[in-house]
Amino acid sequence: MIEPLPVREGLGWVLGRDTVARQYEARVTRASTHPQPPPFQGGGSNDKPGFPPRALHRRAARHMHIFANPARFLQIARPLTGWCGWIGAVLVVVGLGAGLFLTPPDYLQGETVRILYLHVPAAWLGMAGWSGIAVASLMELVWRHPLAGVAARAVALPGAVFTGICLATGSIWGRPTWGTWWEWDGRLTSMLVLLFVYIAYIALAEAEADRGGQGRIAAIFGIVGVVNLPIIHFSVLWWRTLHQGESIGVTGSTIAGSILWPLPVALLGFTLLFVAIVLMRMRAMLARQKVEARLRRMGAGA
Amino acid sequence: MNQWPFVIAAYALAGGATLALTLVSFVRMRKAERAAEGLKRR
Repeated sequence: MIEPLPVREGLGWVLGRDTVARQYEARVTRASTHPQPPPFQGGGSNDKPGFPPRALHRRAARHMHIFANPARFLQIARPLTGWCGWIGAVLVVVGLGAGLFLTPPDYLQGETVRILYLHVPAAWLGMAGWSGIAVASLMELVWRHPLAGVAARAVALPGAVFTGICLATGSIWGRPTWGTWWEWDGRLTSMLVLLFVYIAYIALAEAEADRGGQGRIAAIFGIVGVVNLPIIHFSVLWWRTLHQGESIGVTGSTIAGSILWPLPVALLGFTLLFVAIVLMRMRAMLARQKVEARLRRMGAGA
Repeated sequence: MNQWPFVIAAYALAGGATLALTLVSFVRMRKAERAAEGLKRR
């Protein structure tokens, strides 16, 4: 028995119904001329010791592919974009407003401590953005998730922008507190490397898309680039220079509560705004793919 | 040293960049989705 293609079927409106129908017919013809073995159920002798059974792996992939259907994704993404965008914007305004007008100046750094409410969320989003690219790239390479590549490319630009904001606000903060705009210490240099890695990823993904590639080179680069994240995180422990050590850890914070409280608000707000931006970029990419596919079909039909 | 110019510069830069990124993403999304809708009606 030939099962219909669950993932491809969902891509019907992108690939075109004719393309999907042709793929399905080709599969049916191939199966009728070449007898197929029964589908593998897992738990048999092919399962390697120490690895999860293949049936489990398949079940996980099937569940993941439920959300690979762009129509289903858009059903969720459309309302989510507005919710994340508006709630994020309100939280950012509240967090930054409180940071500017309600918190006291630091006894040592004075008013410049208020840059904290921008600098920390930007650093978090720069690093979280690349983590997102790495996870999406892994899903694209291992499970061939059709939306994973779109998600990774959608994250790249906002990730690069927030990494740039982190570097710029850090530099502005450094001038009155350290007496210099820039210092080649571990944290600053590894963050600058992250910005360059983002730019390289964007260029590579664009070049690969222009040449009609499937995004695998960009996906491999996305996974390899993750090596920079632990370097950024541990840089303040490995190399002690101008940048301060870890202020917020699992066990607590060295920052006074009266200064710290607007930070989680701003952090959540910027994160929700980031999600909204990524969703908007994904929706734009899917709509462009849809237009291109339709134009190709119209061109072929003319 | 007056520290407020540094704070204002940081807020203006980060706020401006975030706002620009959000607006550009929104406009591009609307443009692409309108183009897709327009083509669907033809």
